[in-house]
Amino acid sequence: MMRYFFKRLFSLGLSLIVASVVIFVVVEVAPGDPATFMLGINAQPDTVAALRTELGLDQSKLARYLSWAGGMLTGDFGMSYTYRTPVAQMIADRLWVSLPLAIYALTLSTLIAFPAGIFAAARRGGSGDLAVTGATQLGVAIPNFWFAMMLVLIFAINLSWFSAGGFPGWDVGFWAGLKALTLPAIALALPQAAILTRVMRSSLLDILNEDFIRTARAKGLSARQALWRHGVRNALIPVLTIIGLQFAFLLAGAIIIEQVFFLPGLGRLIFQAITQRDLIVVESVVMLLVFAVIMVNFLVDLAYAAIDPRLRART
Amino acid sequence: MSRNLILGGALTGLFLLAAILSFTWTPDSVEAMDIPNRLQPPGAGNLLGTDHFGRDILSMLMVGARTSIAVALVAVGIGMGLGVPLGLAAAARDGGLLDEVIMRMNDLIFAFPSLVIAILITAVFGPSATNAIIAIGVFNIPVFARITRGAALSLWTRDFVLAARVAGKSRTRISAEHILPNVANLLIVQSTIQFSLGILAEAGLSYVGLGAQPPIPSWGRMLADAQTMVALAPHVALIPGLTIVAMVLGLNLLGDGLRDALDPRLKVVRT
Repeated sequence: MMRYFFKRLFSLGLSLIVASVVIFVVVEVAPGDPATFMLGINAQPDTVAALRTELGLDQSKLARYLSWAGGMLTGDFGMSYTYRTPVAQMIADRLWVSLPLAIYALTLSTLIAFPAGIFAAARRGGSGDLAVTGATQLGVAIPNFWFAMMLVLIFAINLSWFSAGGFPGWDVGFWAGLKALTLPAIALALPQAAILTRVMRSSLLDILNEDFIRTARAKGLSARQALWRHGVRNALIPVLTIIGLQFAFLLAGAIIIEQVFFLPGLGRLIFQAITQRDLIVVESVVMLLVFAVIMVNFLVDLAYAAIDPRLRART
Repeated sequence: MSRNLILGGALTGLFLLAAILSFTWTPDSVEAMDIPNRLQPPGAGNLLGTDHFGRDILSMLMVGARTSIAVALVAVGIGMGLGVPLGLAAAARDGGLLDEVIMRMNDLIFAFPSLVIAILITAVFGPSATNAIIAIGVFNIPVFARITRGAALSLWTRDFVLAARVAGKSRTRISAEHILPNVANLLIVQSTIQFSLGILAEAGLSYVGLGAQPPIPSWGRMLADAQTMVALAPHVALIPGLTIVAMVLGLNLLGDGLRDALDPRLKVVRT
């Protein structure tokens, strides 16, 4: 196990380094000098030069990469070019919107997908199964931002149950904040729930074909008891993997939904930063999202290896 | 023929026909504005109503279909064109250095949240249909590389491949002549799925203004334009949205139908 752990840790580190280089290079290719952008095209050349020195833009690309990447290791993400505030602080503020939104959406999609997937698998081929699989077909075909617009039309404009967008902040109260995140979370959760339902259903169907289910039936358990005692628990492993992956992607996937609802999350931050050529913010947010995905993968792999020794031997 | 195949094929065919037809004929011009006639609900004059400039929505959807299909199709082409050879090469040298490098690169691309990178690429190189194609296409490469490698690996253990090796064929020739034809079914089904994901991605990118630029009509931007009008005239948001749903649903059904018809055991990837 230790050998496997260090091997995975090494490849984790390597992935993060390569990812950070790729991000840095892509962003550095971006046309437009942040200093010129901030001061406007009519600025004096020496003013621009002074600002470039102040922002550290006059240093070599390698030096800038090293100071950016090195700083991130210690939690120092640098200073925003536009706002002159620490990037780490800006990201932390936005995470208070994006993270609860992702957790909220994930909770909803799990709450929908588990019962729906189990229901469908238990009635394989029946009309209930057909209804659920039909609904998942529809769920993956609906663009979530359009679904979000429809939610706004129905629940905010016509019924006035929710506000159409914006976020009051957690200071006004937990429930007010949660309420503002409800429509976005539903919009985000829908396609995820459809995917998760499919995984739950097919994973459970695989398990129900196993010998130990037949054994359980043979010793006198009803189909329902066999499903709940032996089926669901074993079917959960692939489902948990998908949930882990979905969480990281929900953080990133919220970008468009945040635009629909004018939520001050990471998505809005990255859009603003791109238009203002606040490169360091762009780099840091993307790196954070990639880090989340790579880290979740790493943890899922480790959890698997701890459960199933065969996986350790393979890699 | 299964119901999925017929329904999916019919829906997909309908959109392809509408897109092709739009080159020679649309019910109305997509550039002519008709302000007094704006936000008209669906009716006799304009079958699907008009938008906030009084343009015919049906005509815009037809021309928009062209953009969506072109972007998604070329993105699938990029994914297949690069991903399949990489997957074949990786499988031909299973466990070798090349295999290792190709698969690690794949893992890396998978680790990037696709939407963020698509936004980054279009933001860095400027929003355009071409950059949307590149952004979407890049993420198709690892998908095709991975499924090709997976399927090819099991083929390499088969007797007919052994026979070809004994006959002295090179690994490259075996990949091209024996492996590729046997993974073709899988690639066809996966292409349909990636095509539908491409349609969704293009709609998302053009919704946030990073896809095809005006005056080229695109479904995503029609929705973005509709957002402020939705309370006044719900149809301007409803109709383009349902169009996207119908197209994606059609492609997914076609993919399922093709899989069942060709080989139900095909290991396709859905993300």
